[in-house]
Amino acid sequence: MTKNIMIVGVGGQGSLLASKLLGHLLLTEGYDVKVSEVHGMSQRGGSVVTYVRFGEKVYSPIIDKGEADFIVSFEKLEAARYLAYLKKDGKIVVNTQEIDPMPVITGAMEYPKDLVSKMEALGAQVDALDCLSLAEEAGSAKAVNIVLMGRLSKYFDIPVEKWQAAIEACVPAKFAELNHKAFLLGRQ
Amino acid sequence: MGNRKKACVEILANEEVIRYNNYVCYYVEKDIFSEQRQSGQACYEIERSYEMKQLMLGNQALARGLFEAGCSVVSSYPGTPSTEVTEEAAKYDEIYCEWAPNEKVAMEVAFGAALAGKRSFCGMKHVGLNVAADPLFTCAYTGVNAGMVICVADDPGMHSSQNEQDSRHYAIAAKVPMLEPADSMEAKEFAKLAYELSEEYDTPVIIKMCTRVAHSQSVVETGERITPPEKPYEKNIAKYVMMPGNAIRRHPFVEERTRKLIEYADNCPFNRVEMGDTKLGIITSSTSYQYAKEVFGDKASILKLGMVNPLPEKLMLDFASKVEKLVIIEELDPVIENHCKTLGMTVTGKDVLPIEGEFSQNLIAEKLGMECPESKALSETLPGRPPVMCAGCPHRGLFYTLQKNKCTVLGDIGCYTLGAVAPLNAMEMTLCMGASISSIHGFNKANEGASCGKTVAVIGDSTFMHSGMTGLANIAYNQSNSTVIILDNSITGMTGHQQNPTTGYNIKGDPAGKIDLEALCRAMGFTRVTVIDPYDLDACDRVIKEELSVDEPSVIISRRPCALLKYVKHEKPLTCDASKCVGCKSCMKLGCPAISMKDGKASVDTTLCVGCGVCKQLCKFDALQSQ
Repeated sequence: MTKNIMIVGVGGQGSLLASKLLGHLLLTEGYDVKVSEVHGMSQRGGSVVTYVRFGEKVYSPIIDKGEADFIVSFEKLEAARYLAYLKKDGKIVVNTQEIDPMPVITGAMEYPKDLVSKMEALGAQVDALDCLSLAEEAGSAKAVNIVLMGRLSKYFDIPVEKWQAAIEACVPAKFAELNHKAFLLGRQ
Repeated sequence: MGNRKKACVEILANEEVIRYNNYVCYYVEKDIFSEQRQSGQACYEIERSYEMKQLMLGNQALARGLFEAGCSVVSSYPGTPSTEVTEEAAKYDEIYCEWAPNEKVAMEVAFGAALAGKRSFCGMKHVGLNVAADPLFTCAYTGVNAGMVICVADDPGMHSSQNEQDSRHYAIAAKVPMLEPADSMEAKEFAKLAYELSEEYDTPVIIKMCTRVAHSQSVVETGERITPPEKPYEKNIAKYVMMPGNAIRRHPFVEERTRKLIEYADNCPFNRVEMGDTKLGIITSSTSYQYAKEVFGDKASILKLGMVNPLPEKLMLDFASKVEKLVIIEELDPVIENHCKTLGMTVTGKDVLPIEGEFSQNLIAEKLGMECPESKALSETLPGRPPVMCAGCPHRGLFYTLQKNKCTVLGDIGCYTLGAVAPLNAMEMTLCMGASISSIHGFNKANEGASCGKTVAVIGDSTFMHSGMTGLANIAYNQSNSTVIILDNSITGMTGHQQNPTTGYNIKGDPAGKIDLEALCRAMGFTRVTVIDPYDLDACDRVIKEELSVDEPSVIISRRPCALLKYVKHEKPLTCDASKCVGCKSCMKLGCPAISMKDGKASVDTTLCVGCGVCKQLCKFDALQSQ
């Protein structure tokens, strides 16, 4: 059975590293893996989506509506935007950070309120945490992606050491310690 | 493995895994691995080559295929979603790689290299093939000597493109074979086979990618680089000089080659039949194959095409005879479908599936009467998050000035196309590479000069090198009083920072020739060439007013490197003094993602602000301050 993890966020938040880490980890676990992302326009502060699919044999590189076992969101509004992709009984792991999109910046619209409870009201299981604070506690605001991976790891039956080996393989050695700390803060 | 023969590898906790260039690689030859491991070093010199399994982007895998096939020369112009093929190829020392000024030049470079006897490659996005169509159609006549492979990457769904054209029409029109891989492993293998095909049939071969194949990572097993057969250049005027008397004799060769290729297609390694339930038969290719497999599994029989031109006529007819109902699943135009219909087959295709946009598993399931998973969405309308110009983008100050002066801005292709979105709304036309300059000439000529005083063309440095120079020559020659602004941010920005002829560096980042834009414009006959800094709003305003008012054509070069370039030093973020801010929103007119209104006052996001200071120049109350 193919499992689907959707990573969503805002261009520049570091979602590519998260998908690289997952791809790396799942391949070493012996799965067939496909990771799909869109480059170009979406990187200019726009909404970004990455699909990670794994299983015995994976065909489609993309995740469609109602298919995601997990939505890992770097930003609250983005989690809400892609809610329709969540499978029934799927989980959302979301960073509670709010990044105003242009319609909010210009005052044309307001940043929606109570998004977590609205998503829960529709039956989604939402695991919300302030990843930015945890990343800063680990030593860098840029480690939000690894904090999220730490949180996600709770739902997988893969030993912590394997996750940590994957982190070491994907980040420069000088940031390994910081990222390990970020991972554990997210996982706790 | 060529340069990887002496790859330095680091052993991770998992014994079967090594690390190379941040990719996980599986050892196949474990005995060698053990030997190395026992030597007790942290780092190992690998003396022999290995078959390795790793996750690769389709584009990266295609580049690996070029390497393994012994390709020697690569020339391309960047374009999403094709760019990474050439960027990855440039990482192999055995391949000479370059960014050409445009796709036509790139294809002609690749042709020259093939003529000289070396396997060559050029890569481009779908609209790039429009630019390179001229050499394509005629090198189909001359043939290629050594293998020549062209990659064209389509963009169904227009993730990063100005249209949704289907490149298969080019293969049909130019009468050259086209291969279409469905994942990364096929991208690599097809690249290798494409060279054999190219040499055997003496034809350029096109590999067609699409966004989902180009930008998806899947598992690839790598092999070694081969040494291709020697193909020394031989003078052959009748074959290579395409004047009418010679071309007339080459055309029958092309037609004969196509007949042979149709036969080849029936039994080639690119097309395969996967028989399942025979109630439904599907003919498909590329990423559509993956969606079809996802939806139907073995509940349908599938003819998966890897060669989409020419099509395997006997194979398709044979397949059709074995199934009760036949569906053609192909993105964009009904190319396979129409061919099936000319062969007399009854098929379902675009009567139920759309021509526009890209497919997905749910779309195919829904249109073909299969079940889709249920899903729930929030009922409220959420604010969109469109791409925006980055904080500190040098284009912002210029577009603000153009908007303030109520200029009609004819635009071009690049990051600066974002000048068309709110709140700047400062661009009124974007067509294709270089069209800003050519069309302002037509616009001003049509208006008999009435529009000259308020109309400008804006074009980036890379786009100017690509197709802007010829339009500028037309202004100089046919004399319209046009004002052209070259946005020189010292890089090809939109596609992810590629060097170009104005930057002074080549694809590997080494020093290279550097075209002097001012000297170039003056040499064409422009006497008014002014350089401005787009961070200096007063200077921008003064120069734009001045150049629009004079009675002769002029060029303004708005010069400041892209704020995302690594060598660009940023100033400290600005702060807003809430006691001085009156909430007039003057700074909000810039559309900078780092500034927003909080409780009626401007607020600067210090994680985004790079201290460009453009907003500060708009604040009459001195609220925005540099630290």
